[in-house]
Amino acid sequence: MCLAVPVRIVSVEGTNAEVEIGGLKRKISIWLTPEAKVGDYVLLHTGYAINVIDEVEAQKTLELLQEMISTDEVH
Amino acid sequence: MRFIDEYRNVDLGQKLVSRIHRVCTQPIKLMEFCGGHTTAILKYGIRQLLPQTVEMLSGPGCPVCVTTNADLDKAIALAHLPNVIITTFGDMMKVPGSYSSLQQAKADGADIRIVYSVRDALDITQNNPKKSVIFIGIGFETTAPTLAASILEAEQKEIKNFYVLSLLKLCPPAIKLLLMIALVGLSEVKLDGIVCPGHVSAIIGSYPWEFIPRQYNIACVISGFEPLDILLSLVMLIDQIELEKPKVEIAYRRGVKPEGNRQAQELMARVFEPTTATWRGIGKVPLGGLKLKKEYERFNAESTFSITPPLPREPKACLCGDILRGAKRPPECKLFGESCTPENPIGPCMVSSEGACAAYFHYGVSYG
Repeated sequence: MCLAVPVRIVSVEGTNAEVEIGGLKRKISIWLTPEAKVGDYVLLHTGYAINVIDEVEAQKTLELLQEMISTDEVH
Repeated sequence: MRFIDEYRNVDLGQKLVSRIHRVCTQPIKLMEFCGGHTTAILKYGIRQLLPQTVEMLSGPGCPVCVTTNADLDKAIALAHLPNVIITTFGDMMKVPGSYSSLQQAKADGADIRIVYSVRDALDITQNNPKKSVIFIGIGFETTAPTLAASILEAEQKEIKNFYVLSLLKLCPPAIKLLLMIALVGLSEVKLDGIVCPGHVSAIIGSYPWEFIPRQYNIACVISGFEPLDILLSLVMLIDQIELEKPKVEIAYRRGVKPEGNRQAQELMARVFEPTTATWRGIGKVPLGGLKLKKEYERFNAESTFSITPPLPREPKACLCGDILRGAKRPPECKLFGESCTPENPIGPCMVSSEGACAAYFHYGVSYG
């Protein structure tokens, strides 16, 4: 029910946007994420973007994972 | 796919699992609140990879599963009204109410249409101006803002024939009640940590969970849904538990900000207000649901249409209620996999794609 998937915004028109999901295009609402712009990835839940994915934080999480493992390998 | 594939790296996953085995020194009990997490944990075999001392319990975080028979019966009664079109998420169709299901009502001639989004329900409404279109509004905080947006859109477009049966629920009050019950010794479930729901938190942020470590001394980590997200969350939870420093941490930072989504919160608060709601398995949860505010009462299906649903009854021997509280596991139910299967479900936890019973049925290799 609370499923949400990352999709990339291709174009924006008012509170609607066109997104790409695995090569397919679909119209969604960005009413809940007015800051969303073309090129952003958003979390799509039942036809609405519920958040813009924070790419910097995404990268930091991957770095944290690497760091965790490398400190682990020292032990 | 971006933001998915990089969180499924097997090598990294194995190393995280080794870390968990090394760091975890004591038996611990964790609950994943969200049914999406239960499904992911079983689907990716995460439970089998964990030390025997780490117990994972599934929680009540499945909107379909926690909808009571009384509420399901209302939806079914609405479906039988003349001149009405019911629109609903697909998961609701096969859920058995007290005597019937939406699927059965459809077979009996009711006009029920499965939609992917409440926006599709609005389209159906506009295409059928002579019918009353009712959306069965199930969901948590993730879905509530989308319903709020659809009601505001209907208002803007002066759509007069759109109604909502609000069965929306709020998660933190339900967890609070579960923890209170455990604290006073009325439940056998004593938790050390909670995997908090990622997409509910995308809307509400991390602050509404702060009471959990503060009042109950229980560790909390908000998790994403890919295997590495979950393993990272488990590492963070175990670290908190080992250090005896419970707090709320966000492992799913690409999707969740501490303050959540303010715009979504604002839309939700404009249209809905908290109310007491009955959750299957938990009971009456103060402020555990959402009802339409007075200004939007004309969209309320329940007060607009006159229905007389039957007195609700529960299926005998079904353990969905206990399973939703984490007090029992699906294989402990004698109906599980025998008379209750995804094809012929007796309880809702076997129907929903994120119900614990369905997840165990599909992925719980050993049922251990």
